[in-house]
Amino acid sequence: MKILVAIKRVVDFNVKVRVKADGSGVETANVKMSMNPFDEIAVEEAVRLKEAGAATEIVVVSCGVLACQETLRTALAIGADRAILVETQAELQPLAVAKLLKAVIQKEQPRLVILGKQAIDDDSNQTGQMLAALMSWPQATFASKLKVEGDKAQVTREVDGGLETISIRLPAVVTTDLRLNEPRYVTLPNIMKAKKKTLENLKPEALGVDVSPRLTTVKVIEPSRRKAGIKVADVKALVEKLRNDAKVL
Amino acid sequence: MSILVVAEHDNKTIKKATLNTVAAAQKLGGEIHVLVAGHQAGDAAKAAAQIPGIKKVLLAEAPHLADFLAENVAALLVQVAKSYSHVLAPATSNGKNVMPRVAALLDVQQISDISAVESADTFVRPIYAGNALATVKSKDPIKVITVRTTAFDAVAASGGSASVETVSAPADSGLSSFVTREVSKSERPELTAAKIIVSGGRGMGSGENFTKVLEPLADKLGAAMGASRAAVDAGFVPNDWQVGQTGKIVAPDLYVAVGISGAIQHLAGMKDSRVIVAINKDEEAPIFQVADFGVVGDLFQLVPSLVEELKK
Repeated sequence: MKILVAIKRVVDFNVKVRVKADGSGVETANVKMSMNPFDEIAVEEAVRLKEAGAATEIVVVSCGVLACQETLRTALAIGADRAILVETQAELQPLAVAKLLKAVIQKEQPRLVILGKQAIDDDSNQTGQMLAALMSWPQATFASKLKVEGDKAQVTREVDGGLETISIRLPAVVTTDLRLNEPRYVTLPNIMKAKKKTLENLKPEALGVDVSPRLTTVKVIEPSRRKAGIKVADVKALVEKLRNDAKVL
Repeated sequence: MSILVVAEHDNKTIKKATLNTVAAAQKLGGEIHVLVAGHQAGDAAKAAAQIPGIKKVLLAEAPHLADFLAENVAALLVQVAKSYSHVLAPATSNGKNVMPRVAALLDVQQISDISAVESADTFVRPIYAGNALATVKSKDPIKVITVRTTAFDAVAASGGSASVETVSAPADSGLSSFVTREVSKSERPELTAAKIIVSGGRGMGSGENFTKVLEPLADKLGAAMGASRAAVDAGFVPNDWQVGQTGKIVAPDLYVAVGISGAIQHLAGMKDSRVIVAINKDEEAPIFQVADFGVVGDLFQLVPSLVEELKK
């Protein structure tokens, strides 16, 4: 079974983002970039499936600027076999990414596609579901457990109020939640090995996909800051404040 | 202009998230219909018909709609959505699962998790864990939207009298099937609907301490219990307790953060609470920058004495 994993290069989760002064977006120049954490979990899950003998090949795909190659190399160092960059300078929204991934899937014919449930930059939480729709495949989002059995997969999902298990027919799309696994650290020998793995470069035009954005960003602002309150000496003072000043008790 | 709100329900009652979503729909202006998709969901449809300002309730019933499987619900929605200018669902796990599938099938770009309506085609949504707010304008003919429920005050649940109309559901896709559900059993209010939330972080030290130290406080306050990602990752409590960017977004009247340092990802999930209390031994902890009232000290002493003080 071939697995395709889609990954996104995002501002590192430890970076405190700053809104640009002109309100056009968030400052991304000279900021540390990393693989979206949920996508790292997706790559790890694919590698574990391969190690367990359930998968034969892992292809990682990223859509975006040339620098996404670094992110793809990280995925190769975790254990993916080869990488594809769909290179474009254009702003990509989830629907466009789903269309690009569909085109790649039609070339690669994987049985399983794994993605992070959401990217920590735009927080959209859409691409996996959209891809499943465009392929007319089943989807299992927010996965915390994944078991492949023949032509089906059993997936436990993180849902409001608990867990839900569904069975999906393959080929299918799975999106990862936090507890699916804990990604391994990449080792130096694996980073060296990753440099020798194939990284193919494609263009949206060659795939015949129109990626023009459907949403226009009018402006980006900083949210109003919550004012820091006061420190109280003890719980007696706290209860007094909550009862009499804030009136929440 | 007509607006369809996809109801969050359990086949019998309508969940509060639906009422928040109707509130967002009202800001658009236009006739509002509610879709109840489920199995033997007549009672839920009746409840939806009570929501003031709703013109019509569409009820789609089928055994394969019982568990809200994305493939089946999306197929239904695509069929229904074409007569609407806007389709809205709450950004619950159901809404987040189904709506992007609907959007892609309609070839439109969904607008996720809106926190304000500027006009019929322009919306505000938080990005980067709420560290920035983007105003976006959609060019698509049908706006497919999920709604951040905490950003819109719920409309009343009763007082209206909409008609209920039955719509037929497409056949079972056969692509997926429901196996089982493990619902966390709790006598407590639901995290996203609670008026008071008591939340613990890594500082709690263990799952046992959540039970021994934090639970009595939650009991006393009639509060829901939450946790930071650090506490979930450490295995202290289940993931559905997680408050933050990748967990639940909450905005109760009172949020008590105990042993939570206040990483931006956590603040993203609770900073719109009306009153925030922080109990932490580190007086430099970022949580104090958003807390209305902070107490610096050992939580294992402070929390039990807080419980005692509340009894007075």
